[in-house]
Amino acid sequence: MSTELKININEEKEKAQKLIEKQGRRIHVCASTGCVANGALELIEEFKKLGADAQALTNEVKMSVIPTGCIGFCEQGCLVVIPDKKLTYVHVKKEDVKEIYDSLLNDTVVERLLYVDPALNKKIVNNEEMNFYAKQTRTAMKNCGIINPESLDEALSVGAYSALSKVLEINDPEYVIKEIEESGLRGRGGGGFATGKKWRSVYQHRGGKSYVICNGDEGDPGAFMDRSVMEDDPHKLLEGMAIAAFAVGADEAYIYVRAEYPLAIKRLRKAIADAEARGFLGNNIMGSNFNLKINIREGAGAFVCGESSALIASIEGERGMPRPKNIHMAECGLFKRPTLLNNVETFANVPLIILNGAKWFASMGTDTSKGTKTFALTGEVNNTGLIEVPMNTTLRQIVFDLGGGIRNGKKFKAVQIGGPSGGCLTQEHLDMPMDYDQLTKVGAMVGSGGLVVMNEDTCIVEVARFFMNFTKNESCGKCVPCREGTKNMLAILEKIVRGEGEMEDLDRLEELAQVVKQGSLCGLGKSAPNPVLSTLKYFRDEYIAHIKDKKCPAGVCTALKKYRIKEELCKGCTKCARNCPVGAISGNVKEAHKIDTSKCIKCGACKENCPFKAIVVE
Amino acid sequence: MTDKKTLFINDTEVEFTDEKTVLEVAKKAGIEIPTFCYRPDLTQFGACRMCVVEVEGRGIQASCTMPPRAGIKIYTNNNKVRKIRKAILELLLAHHDRECTTCSKSGSCELQKYSMEYGITDIPYVKMKQEEFSPIDASSPSIVRDMNKCILCGACVRACSEFQGIGVLGFSERGSLTKVQPMAGKPLKDVNCVNCGQCVSVCPTGALTIKSDIDNVYDLLNDKEVKTIVQIAPSVRVALGEMFNLPSGENTIKKIYSACRKLGFDLIFDTNFSADLTIMEEASEFVERLTKGENLPIFTSCCPAWVRYMELNHPDMLNHLSSAKSPQGMLSPIAKEIAPKFYEGFNKENIKVISIMPCTAKKYEAKRDELKGETDYVLTTYEFAKMIKQQGIDFNNIDEQEADSPFGQYSGGGTIFGASGGVAEAALRTAYNIVTGKNLENLDVMPLRGVDKASRSKEAAVDINGQTVKIRVVSTLAEAERAIKEVKEGKADFQMLEVMACPGGCINGGGQPSACKDLKTKENRAQGLYKEDRELKIRNCHENPDIIRLYSEFLEKPGSHKAHELLHTTYSNKSQKIKV
Amino acid sequence: MTELKTSVDFKKIDEILKEYNYNKTNLITILQKVQAIYRYLPEEAISYIGENIEGLSPATVYGVVTFYAQFSLEPKGKYEIKVCDGTACHVRGSMPVLEAVRKKLSLQNGKMTTPNGLFSLETVSCLGACSLAPAVVINEKVYPKMTPDAVLIIIDTLLKENE
Repeated sequence: MSTELKININEEKEKAQKLIEKQGRRIHVCASTGCVANGALELIEEFKKLGADAQALTNEVKMSVIPTGCIGFCEQGCLVVIPDKKLTYVHVKKEDVKEIYDSLLNDTVVERLLYVDPALNKKIVNNEEMNFYAKQTRTAMKNCGIINPESLDEALSVGAYSALSKVLEINDPEYVIKEIEESGLRGRGGGGFATGKKWRSVYQHRGGKSYVICNGDEGDPGAFMDRSVMEDDPHKLLEGMAIAAFAVGADEAYIYVRAEYPLAIKRLRKAIADAEARGFLGNNIMGSNFNLKINIREGAGAFVCGESSALIASIEGERGMPRPKNIHMAECGLFKRPTLLNNVETFANVPLIILNGAKWFASMGTDTSKGTKTFALTGEVNNTGLIEVPMNTTLRQIVFDLGGGIRNGKKFKAVQIGGPSGGCLTQEHLDMPMDYDQLTKVGAMVGSGGLVVMNEDTCIVEVARFFMNFTKNESCGKCVPCREGTKNMLAILEKIVRGEGEMEDLDRLEELAQVVKQGSLCGLGKSAPNPVLSTLKYFRDEYIAHIKDKKCPAGVCTALKKYRIKEELCKGCTKCARNCPVGAISGNVKEAHKIDTSKCIKCGACKENCPFKAIVVE
Repeated sequence: MTDKKTLFINDTEVEFTDEKTVLEVAKKAGIEIPTFCYRPDLTQFGACRMCVVEVEGRGIQASCTMPPRAGIKIYTNNNKVRKIRKAILELLLAHHDRECTTCSKSGSCELQKYSMEYGITDIPYVKMKQEEFSPIDASSPSIVRDMNKCILCGACVRACSEFQGIGVLGFSERGSLTKVQPMAGKPLKDVNCVNCGQCVSVCPTGALTIKSDIDNVYDLLNDKEVKTIVQIAPSVRVALGEMFNLPSGENTIKKIYSACRKLGFDLIFDTNFSADLTIMEEASEFVERLTKGENLPIFTSCCPAWVRYMELNHPDMLNHLSSAKSPQGMLSPIAKEIAPKFYEGFNKENIKVISIMPCTAKKYEAKRDELKGETDYVLTTYEFAKMIKQQGIDFNNIDEQEADSPFGQYSGGGTIFGASGGVAEAALRTAYNIVTGKNLENLDVMPLRGVDKASRSKEAAVDINGQTVKIRVVSTLAEAERAIKEVKEGKADFQMLEVMACPGGCINGGGQPSACKDLKTKENRAQGLYKEDRELKIRNCHENPDIIRLYSEFLEKPGSHKAHELLHTTYSNKSQKIKV
Repeated sequence: MTELKTSVDFKKIDEILKEYNYNKTNLITILQKVQAIYRYLPEEAISYIGENIEGLSPATVYGVVTFYAQFSLEPKGKYEIKVCDGTACHVRGSMPVLEAVRKKLSLQNGKMTTPNGLFSLETVSCLGACSLAPAVVINEKVYPKMTPDAVLIIIDTLLKENE
């Protein structure tokens, strides 16, 4: 059964490593979307001007500047990492480059650019002491931020295509599927379906034309781990897809990338071209009989296309409207052929499972959720960014150890997980491991893994309204419960946020939520009510405050704000009265002023203009 | 043989064999499940969610898309299911023009029906306001679009693209802004609509309705200066009864004649007569083209939707179309030019011709420049039934009468025009006679019959004097397009192409009572026509005594100069495509 | 036959159609390419594509165009301002940023492009730049951690460049 390949991957790896060695000292500059926005490309230019080599792998100064993918620590960008010295410089500006460059020549450290741990209030000299990194276990994102994503040699030097080579040598789809089954890997896109089982059912329908699709339509607002893998280690994704295609008997694959990720599209295209040129993709891969053509399809801006059948409709050139799934995609998917669809992160886990074995992967995580999961940590937390942790990690570890706690010393209130399909987790869930089943049990879901941290200043009703507005806008409009249901749920939430809610609205909201959840055609509709249901469960009192007391406890909802002038602070300067656009403020000069709340439109002009901070919002 | 399996519906064991969905299994077991978007002739859509059922262990599922499996337990009407259906109705009604009393679909609207059945008395959601309503599009001669009644079930969109392949109607926008409309919301008259009315036929609500000519016809009937002549198309007789709770396929033609007299029409002719006449002209044209080897294959021209489709999309192939007018198009000039010679008090100036058709496109045909002034108004079967009801005529108990003669007698060949394949079959019978001087031994050309999905394209080959003549019959324009492609690519081996735009032919026309909820109605109607053909004494068009007399006294012979003047027409390039 | 007075160069569209084999499964890519030429999708272009690809019609192409947020039926501005309103950006105050831009450009009543065609404004659901929240993208350049004041400075700079 086993075959001898024409390309020896170990030799390729060694060759690549030798090339890397020639680069001398590597200066890693994060060149992903986040850091580029902060000026990373200018840093690279600056390093080059000073003499660091950029492209060619021979240099005189023995120093190379490498544009890498996302290190994950986006909050602190631009980031410059000196791997051999285990140094990370944060918030680096163009002006700092010379100092860093000189320090490298003189073997010193630029203290002022080191990261300060907010909890310990201590400068971190060694990367390994940085909680943000130290507490992670990286599998899918292993090479992100370590290699130049646009160089195949850099990928080869850290082992790219070794797993594919192993698979092609063994030449047995059954072996691959068994490994994946035994690893316990579950789909990282949201549903958490067992990956091995999925592969097996597609494998069972092999024979004719089959397809592999990678879902890179990461639409959950607040999630960007798939973007990171596509941008920062594209070859890992391609390798994972190739292994999957080999296992299920496909010779053509599509990566569906959302249009909002132009850099990912560019890098994937380059990676495919490079891999084809070197025989890692295309016909007779590495000299075997296995062929694989990978195509890229750009999405055009529709969240629902993350849903598998809508995604297929979109690849086929149609409106992304989900189709009834009476026949399984494993039998009748893209172009009515057997199709395997997984998301980016799922595929990115595959090469390491093959190389290190199913047992290694299954040793991480919990009983039912194996391995590691990437999370996008955002919102009101000190260290926003991308992290990858074993699936038994608790929310507390994520928010407080890796995330460094809540910003500006505020109080933790909740975490929204899984985007518009997910739910919220509160104080009581802090010590719960983040696995599929635990989260489902409490009415949330892993989803794609977006974690938005909220503090006491976040109005939970407003957040529920935000998500409902999102799903209402992104509903494809096909089935009645989702199209009309989300619209009417939003109308009720808007009414509550406006301060016009009645207690019956809560019952109506819950009833409607059940109809949408049970009656909708696809996953988008079925999960659309989750944010409302979960906030109603954990923060019902906040809803009631909006309805009964006409108060927004977090002070967010404009309609419920009340502006008041503190008499003891008011000097009667009349500035507020002059700035009020509706003439709601009255009072004589040098006497305390008053706001007529019936006229007040809550624009805040008075508060902004008061020199004595006498105006408060209640 | 398919093996029998069982599942449980509402705790009763139910057998199933090759049914594709739980909905069909339930239906067979006598349990009706409400649906809007489910149309067995169209692809599954699964959008309205009215047909949800609870499946033990799998929660709520749409029964219209769920395949049956042995042993599963299904609950079609428990409280959970009922609550969802009720909410769906309430949600739909909130976003709906609920002026039911003035809606032309009132009484046959499925939304209205289910709302009544589910006891919807209040709508607890934000209701669409008058100022949010979209204007009604009444630009088409055949179809009225009122998007304030649309529930977005997508049946029309599917019909337009799956049946006709023209996709004139499409979804646009998304989410709660989703609409069904022609390109960029243009009026129907400005797009490539062929007026077939299949969209109307599959529409569960009043969003797509037939453009009514009822009032126009009443005006004529009440005008003392006017003499009205009515003609009734073949397939009307086997469908109209359904509007009066008679079984589908029952031939009610004699009741129809009687009802026409009661309504006040002065003369009653039968379009079946002119169907015979069409065959005389078309068959001789066919024989002539066969002999000369010109403009083959010949395309039938009695379906106005098809004719318009050709003019819009294949103006380079109009020479294939038979120049013979449709049966409606032939009878009207005969009524105006020749009938006065037989009927006292009638003259060309005072005659108005009204036709009762299974078809919305016939309204368009009557307005064609080439045929203007011939047929004055077209009533669809649906409108005609409404008039009968309005006049308080007890249709079921009405006496049976005969049509006026001449121009009321017909042969079996004329009657089968109403089913896809009928025109070709009748033409074959007569063409055979023209060439050989003898009648076909077996008049039933079975391969050309059948109105189900599998019969949308069928063929027959007949030996005529040593020459094998091959006939292709298609229904739906999507099938027609495939045949045209063969002709264009030089792959067509047939000499005659019969095209009916509606699936199964006129029996399933856009002006008929809707037959989209099951597959049986179409079949029954077709059988009703073939039954009449079998039972008629005269089955060949060329043997109809009225036809023989018409030629001997007025038109000489088929294809004569006189015949051409009255019975033939022309076509022109009407393409709206952007030319670069 | 419809005679059209139009600025649409159908030859260019033909080239794109040819490149993608007149294949309807490539429709979205074709539309992206055409939009790249005109910065929007003119109605005639939509009709033309619908008429010339087998299995499509103007209405179905229009349906696809209006389904996806990326496609526009109106010309977009020289500067396309996208304010991210993903969760992270929303929580960190993307709405005040949007309001500031809207006020600055006097965009009212759902109009999203300035009369001079210089700016168009839209919100996008998530740019995947959550760590930079709230983020604004102008012609593919990402501006991190926006505030109403900061975004106005950027717009002023662009206005000056175009004086």
